[in-house]
Order: sequence, then C-alpha cells, then structure tokens
Amino acid sequence: MTHLAIRGLSKVYAAQAAPAVDDLDLDIESGSLTALLGPSGCGKTTTMKMIAGLLKPTTGDILFDERSILSIPPERRGAVMVFQNHLLFPYMSIAQNVGYGLKMRRMERAEIDRQVAEMLELVRLPGMEDRRPKELSGGQQQRVALARALVVRPKILLLDEPLSNLDAHLRFEMRDLIRDIQQQMGITTVFVTHDQEEAVVLADKIALIFDGRLQQYDKPLAFYEQPSSRRIAAFFGGVNFFTGTQDGDGFTSTIGRFSVTRDGPADGGILTIRPEDVRLSEDGETNTVSGTIDSQVYVGTHARLRVTVDDHTVNVVADADVMKRYGQGDRITLQFPENKLWILPAE
Amino acid sequence: MSDAAPTASTNVSARDGNVGAAVRKVIFYLTIAFMCLMLVLPVIAFFFNAFAFRWFYPQFIPKEWSLQAWERLDLIPPEGERTLANFIALWLEVPDAVSALWLSLSIGAVVTGISILIGLPAARALGLYRFRGKRIVEFMIITPTIVPPIAFSLGLNINFIRWDLALADAGIPLDLAGSVVGVAIVHLVPVMPYVVLTLSGVFANYNADFEAQARSLGAGPIRIFFDVTFPAILPGLFVAGLFAFLVSWSQYLLTFLIGQGRVITLPMLLFSAAGSGNNAVIAVLSLIFIAPAVLILLVASRYLSGDSSAVGGFGRV
Repeated sequence: MTHLAIRGLSKVYAAQAAPAVDDLDLDIESGSLTALLGPSGCGKTTTMKMIAGLLKPTTGDILFDERSILSIPPERRGAVMVFQNHLLFPYMSIAQNVGYGLKMRRMERAEIDRQVAEMLELVRLPGMEDRRPKELSGGQQQRVALARALVVRPKILLLDEPLSNLDAHLRFEMRDLIRDIQQQMGITTVFVTHDQEEAVVLADKIALIFDGRLQQYDKPLAFYEQPSSRRIAAFFGGVNFFTGTQDGDGFTSTIGRFSVTRDGPADGGILTIRPEDVRLSEDGETNTVSGTIDSQVYVGTHARLRVTVDDHTVNVVADADVMKRYGQGDRITLQFPENKLWILPAE
Repeated sequence: MSDAAPTASTNVSARDGNVGAAVRKVIFYLTIAFMCLMLVLPVIAFFFNAFAFRWFYPQFIPKEWSLQAWERLDLIPPEGERTLANFIALWLEVPDAVSALWLSLSIGAVVTGISILIGLPAARALGLYRFRGKRIVEFMIITPTIVPPIAFSLGLNINFIRWDLALADAGIPLDLAGSVVGVAIVHLVPVMPYVVLTLSGVFANYNADFEAQARSLGAGPIRIFFDVTFPAILPGLFVAGLFAFLVSWSQYLLTFLIGQGRVITLPMLLFSAAGSGNNAVIAVLSLIFIAPAVLILLVASRYLSGDSSAVGGFGRV
C-alpha cells in the first residue's frame, strides 16, 4: 500500500515549445485504481514514464509515501510498468517471463517457481509455465504481462492502455481480473488510457489531462454529472450546449429559460444536459421546449433523436418506443429535469 | 528471374496458360542453372588446376594428376618422402601459405570484433533515434564505399608514417605503417559501412520498450543487454560480423599499401603468385582463400534464410 503524490511535475522536450506535462499536481490514495485519461499526446504516458523512472522530469517531484523517489533508478524504484503491447520476452518461456523480476531480485529458484505458479493461477493461466509467448493469444499474453508485474509486488503498478488491445468480450473479463487482483493485493495502480469508457469502467478516480494540464480529478460519475468545462463534457460524450446567462435559480439560454437546482460556477455561461437525461414531455410540466424531429436513428437498445428547437439542435437518447409514436418532421415536446441541468463556465 | 518469364495475359485459354507456365518454369530453371554454373565453374577449374599435371589444350579434363603445386607451397612433402614425421617437420616450419592464412584469419577476427564494438552504438543511434543531421551522418558512413580505396589509403599511409616519425622522435615506437596493427585499422575503413548499415537496419525494427520493460522489472543495464538486447539483435550481429570478416578477408590494396609488403596476408600471397603465372600454385592458393568463406556461408545459411530479423538488415544495404 503506497500513497503516490505528484507535485508540480513538468516535462519539457527539447524539440517542442509547449511542455508535454505542465505543472501537474496529483494525490493518488494508497490501494486505489486511478486512470490518467486524455487524448493521445496529452502527456499521460509521459507522466507514467516519469513515475516509472523511464523519463526524468524537467521540474517537480514524485513521492511514494511522502518520500521523493526521483533519485532512485527505475530498476530499484518499485514502480513496475506493463506496456500496452505486452512485451513478453520472446526468447523466454512464460515461467521465465513471469519470474524475471524475481530473478533480478536474486530470489531462490524454488521460491521463484512457487510464486510464478501461484501468480499464473491468479491470472487464470495455470500450467502455462513452459509455453512460449507466441503460442498464447493476445488476451493471454496480456495476462502474463500483468502476472510478470504483479509477482514482484510493486509499490505502484503502472498499466498502459490495459484494455485497448482486447476484443469487446475480453475487455470485461480483463477489467474484472484487474479489479479483482488489484483489490485483493491492494496495490496502488495507475493506468493510462485515451478511451473514456475504459477509464470509467475500471477506475476509482479519473485524472483528466488535456495538453499536459490536469483538467479535473474526480470519481467517474462526476465527469458525466458535473464536468467542469465544456471541453470535458464533450470528451465524455456531452453534445447539448446552449449559451446564455444565469439569473437567480434559472438560466436564460438560446432555446429558452430553464430553472436549475444545481449550483454552477460563478461565471456560468453554458447550459448543458446529457442526451440520455432529456425526457419526452407530458402535459403540464415545466422546463420544456418544443421542436421538430430532424432525424431519428434506432441503435439497438434505444433511439437517437435530433430535435431542432429555434435553429438549435437538441440531441436526445430515448426509449426505442419513441420511434413508434413519432416520425421524422413531427413536432415533439422535450423536458429538461431541473436536477439534470448543469451549468458550465463561459468560454 | 520472374522478370525474364513471359507474363500470360488474363484472357488466354487454360491450355495457353499451362504452356506459359511451363515456359516460365523452364526459363526459371535455366536461369538458376546458369547462375550456378557461373559460380561453380571457376571453382571446378581451380580443383583441376590444383591437382593437374601438365594440363594442356585440347584436353578437356587433365589426363595426369599430381600434387606438385602443394609441394611447391611446402604444404606436402615431395613424393616418396610423405611420412608422418616429414609432414610434421614441414608444418612445424609453418609454410608461408599457412602463416598468411593465419594472419588473414586473425586480422579478420580482430577487425570484425572492433567494427561491431564501434558500429553497434552508432547503428543503434541511427536505427532508433531521429536527430538533426542524421542524413549527413548516414552519408558519411557510406562514403568509404563510394570513395576509391586508393584515394584514402594513400592519404592514410602518409599520415601513419608522419605520426610514426613524430612519435619515434618522442621515444614512442608506434609503427602503424607497415605493421599488422596499421593494416587492421585501415581494414576498418571499408568494413564500417557494412556493419553500421546492417545493424541500423536491425535496430530500425527493434522495439526499445523491451529494455524499458526489463528495467522496470528490476534489471540493470548489463542484464538488460544480455537478457533483452543481445538475443534480439543476434541474427543481425551475425550477418554484420560475416560482412565485416569477408570484407577484411578480401582486402588486397589496403593491406599492400599500409602493410608496405611486410604484412603478408593470403591475398598478398595470391596476388604475387598470380604475377608468377604458375596456374597450379594460383589454384591451390585460391582454394585456400575460398575455403573459409564457403565454410562461413554454410554455417550462416541458417541465419540468412527464413524470416529472422537478420533479413531486416539486408533490407537497408
């Protein structure tokens, strides 16, 4: 159980003007599973490599349990990284791969064998010791790579895009496996991903990074319900943004005035609601708008509607039933629940 | 080879297609046979010459055989005296051909080792990293294959002599000119391009993240080299070493100029024999000269065929 603290961390590459990581501050609780999320090139992998010791920070500090580890070389730091493409050593057997870190720690052969077998059991690959990496499927290789990192009982486990190389059905299996083992062993784990879904399904907390800067550090649900900027909302699939001004307990926007119960920022200038929170209105409700259905698409479990209200588009995710009742070009009244409306700062 | 074969157009009948395929096959095998002949015939001629006794026109193959040339090179005792004791006595005096062979092998081995030691870091930088002036560095590295050897070797010879004299004045006998050390150094010039280009091709297909992974798991730099880097580049190292050895092995001009006639490698012996005009002696020396190359190639064929990473090295040469 190790507490990980990042203090004013920056990394400037010689060839680039803008810093890859810009004054990053982060506190990662011991035993937690945290995602560094952001689009590619946002500096999340750079941050992870600095934690692992594979890159030197330009400024700032990294602390494990309140002690700076910058002067400790990566091989003795205890932060083990699992790369996205598994990187199993092709000339070694599965047992040699998994036992590699223990061998580096000069552990006895018999003890290595015992721990390797135990760890292969844990990642649900028992008896695979004598196989070669290329005889395994991608998902199996991923699990071997995970076992190889876990067997040394790292202080910090670093995972690079742990689910992104896997098929849909394997993703959930791997997700459960990572969660189970992580909780069982209590290893503070940080993973990097560009996929918000991967971050949401796996992480306790998400640190969202754009352009090397931390944007928001919160529980996954908060990024849907309380994003702190339009860009963050959009990254998590927000599509309805209406500019306007706040007044008292309401917000006057380009498509009308709505009452809002949740507190927004002082400089609020954009009203947002997630498409799945928009309801089809029944008579006598407040916070409604009327518009024309521009398009409707059935996507299997529900329907996606685009409704034009005063030249503005409102995106709605509704029950598939809606398609039986309405057609393209029909008038429809939508309702925005007060507690689902969220105000974002003006841009 | 397929270039020479007629290409069947898509609308011909199946029978015409079969004829086309058959013709293509014949041309293919004829080409192979021709290439084999070109490579094997001279060697067969060497064999005949090396063991022939008075082989004149119009004899297609020699009528009489002898080991005269081998005797002349002190490799075999004269007829009638071929006892084991005589053999040993003869070889204990180390025939010129044997000492030349030994010297060529030694210089080749040292040059191979040094060229890989120097070439490996350079190749890694060229294969893995992007940096300012990379194209210029790459060009500089291949210049020895473009500039005529006589041009730089004359310049080097003059400088070697100048340094030798300067250091001799200071009481340090360096003696690069006319020494084995000087010859080995100058062999590095034509050898380096092959080594660096072959290995940089290997590193271009090399994933350095494996090293980061090993490091992260607790391996120090030396362990990483032997556990991760070395196995990955071994086939490429083998090919680079092969090139280095063969390029050094076949140097005549550089050895002649820098060695000043005092460093007698196998090519030196061969060239002087060629001047003497004794076909049998030339043939024997040629066989000795070819032997190591053929042996190495036989061993290497395992590495040169198949989809090992060594082939990546060939891609860049």
